[in-house]
Amino acid sequence: MSQAHEAARDALLALQAEATPAQETPFVARLRAEARDAFAAQGLPTTRWEEWRYTSLARLVESRFALEGEDTATPSREEAESVAFPVFACGLFVFVNGQFAPSLSRPATAGGPVRVESLARVLTESPETLEPWLGQLASSKEHPFVALATSFLSDGAVVTVPRSADSQTPIHLVFLTTGDEPHLCQPRVLIRAERGSRALVIQDFVSISKQGGHLRNAVSEVFLEDDADLGLVTLQRGHPRSFLTTGLFARQERNSRFASHVVTLGGQLVRNELQVTLAGEGAECRLDGLFVAGDGEVIDNHTLVDHAVPHCTSAELYKGILDGDGKGVFRGRVVVRPDAQKTAADQSNPNLLLSDGAEIDTKPQLEIYADDVRCSHGSAIGRLDEDALFYLRARGLGEEEARRLLVSGFAAEVLRGLPDEALSSTLMEELRKRLGRREPGARA
Amino acid sequence: MTSPLLEIKGLTATAGENQILNGIDLVIQPGEVHAVMGPNGSGKSTLAGALAGRPGIEITGGSVFYQGKDLLGLEPEERAREGVFLAFQYPVEIPGVTNNYFLKAAVNAGRAHRGEEELDAMDFMALVKEKAAIVDMPKDLMSRAINEGFSGGEKKRNEVLQMLLLEPKLAVLDETDSGLDIDALRVVASGANALRDADRGMLVITHYQRLLEYIPPDFVHVLSGGRIVRSGGKELALELEEKGYGWIEDAAEGSAS
Ligand SMILES: Nc1ncnc2c1ncn2[C@@H]1O[C@H](COP(=O)(O)OP(=O)(O)O)[C@@H](O)[C@H]1O
Ligand SMILES: [Mg+2]
Repeated sequence: MSQAHEAARDALLALQAEATPAQETPFVARLRAEARDAFAAQGLPTTRWEEWRYTSLARLVESRFALEGEDTATPSREEAESVAFPVFACGLFVFVNGQFAPSLSRPATAGGPVRVESLARVLTESPETLEPWLGQLASSKEHPFVALATSFLSDGAVVTVPRSADSQTPIHLVFLTTGDEPHLCQPRVLIRAERGSRALVIQDFVSISKQGGHLRNAVSEVFLEDDADLGLVTLQRGHPRSFLTTGLFARQERNSRFASHVVTLGGQLVRNELQVTLAGEGAECRLDGLFVAGDGEVIDNHTLVDHAVPHCTSAELYKGILDGDGKGVFRGRVVVRPDAQKTAADQSNPNLLLSDGAEIDTKPQLEIYADDVRCSHGSAIGRLDEDALFYLRARGLGEEEARRLLVSGFAAEVLRGLPDEALSSTLMEELRKRLGRREPGARA
Repeated sequence: MTSPLLEIKGLTATAGENQILNGIDLVIQPGEVHAVMGPNGSGKSTLAGALAGRPGIEITGGSVFYQGKDLLGLEPEERAREGVFLAFQYPVEIPGVTNNYFLKAAVNAGRAHRGEEELDAMDFMALVKEKAAIVDMPKDLMSRAINEGFSGGEKKRNEVLQMLLLEPKLAVLDETDSGLDIDALRVVASGANALRDADRGMLVITHYQRLLEYIPPDFVHVLSGGRIVRSGGKELALELEEKGYGWIEDAAEGSAS
């Protein structure tokens, strides 16, 4: 650890001591204390760590963060709804700087069967109900940012999809960051999809801060029981100067289906850790991702699919769009355990580089210990097709518009795969706006 | 007298180090259809590309005036908006962008340029319906990605549909007939003929005179070695059909040495 890393760690530890809440349910106190120790022992990763080789925290460790919300006013309902996508009818749950804001939330009008509660409330009223789940998938020992988040454990969302419930209405969790002082905000999500249930949850990290510079460190744990079918869309619409680290840990039982879509439209530094354990036979997961990094942005996706039992299927598609001096990192690890015969695992990571300064480090990592399996992986790095560009221009489209159209065409494969049509067209629009932000003339 | 629709003078061009066009002279008046024929590699697509502004074709000499304006000074999209259209010999496949979205954007780019109001989705759909009927274009091709997985014939129909939607003043068809069966050929021809009027001009590039039976040209030019080596009326196409291109190439070599 460098001196800067150590100083940053110590500053965070001091903040943690300050933030330790009064309530003392033994298992929560234990969870926090263990996490604090784990974070103190590990510190902040340096590029000497294998898992962090391509992603430097140099700028993060130079920053100092305040406790969440010290300087912030709660945004108005209009403000909150204008950044949440208003187009689709869904249960809206808004968290401002990590804390549940009931006044901004709007439970599903249809009165869907899904239960959404504030973590802070459950921690006060019935903490024992969380004990079998909280911290069970997200390991503080293995992930320093998980340790950091767990050591602060306070608020977030607890989502329960009851047994056999079939929810037609998506649940939209909006995590708003506001305020101009850089602060630390660590929302926590726990989702349980009970046996035979079906639901779609959107966790939306969005910033309405003018200055940016916050550190958001989010941890989500997702449990799918037998035959559950869960879609989880993670939207990351951060400020170009903000730091966002996330950990998403899912465990799937027999014949469950999990579809994760992670769409990242920017951030100074974004690191997403996504781990799925296929723990019951016949489980299927689909992991899709789209990331767009422009000038001064780094977006890193580390995924791990653990095929622990036979007859499971995983399919992964991550697409990267890198512009200016933006940088992307993709690491896709797939482990097929010795028992996991008849595994089918596909992975692909195509990337589009829009400028000479843009960069992508992509690396699949297949560890296959069973012999009767079907696994494939591929990564590609390409540039905009000049013939296609000319074709569009020859029909009268301006050069910038033609480029934007080609780039959104590249992204469409991921966005059209979203489980909600309104969401996919809204995001398509959002992407076009995002692409319009690029500096004219920044191209190669 | 009004200026010609297109006036090419002494045009020379290179592509990737190779000298390809060696001094082309060609004048198209409004209302005229000109055919350009010639063996493979004679520079037909390079000529078409030079008119549309294809990157990689470097103009080394000569001039091209379109409606009295210097065409070579315009960006490809400006040429298109001014009414120059190239039907590509090899239409490009573009994954993830629907034909519908693309064509609406193209039509509206032209309208905006002419100071006309943009078409909304409803008006555009009505327009497409009308034009698609002329080229027998299956409806589902509009909601698919541009040319992706289209058959050869579908791609060419799509080119002609685009031409009909954009209503260019000068249409350049680069071997739009190649690889088509006779029915598809008729469809392409009826698309081109639907556009033909006293104000527009066409440059029909083809390898075979077959297409010219359906789109009778006013003039036929034979291109060889990057030069027009002969020009004549439509009977020249028949002569080429009978004799093949051998004698032209011999003649071109003779004149080059
Ligand atoms: N980009 C390029 N780089 C190098 N040579 C080219 C390029 N494009 C075309 N050529 C060459 O120029 C000649 C004419 O090509 P083209 O105009 O396509 O002929 P045609 O359409 O008459 O068959 C051919 O010999 C071809 O190989
Ligand atoms: Mg050709």
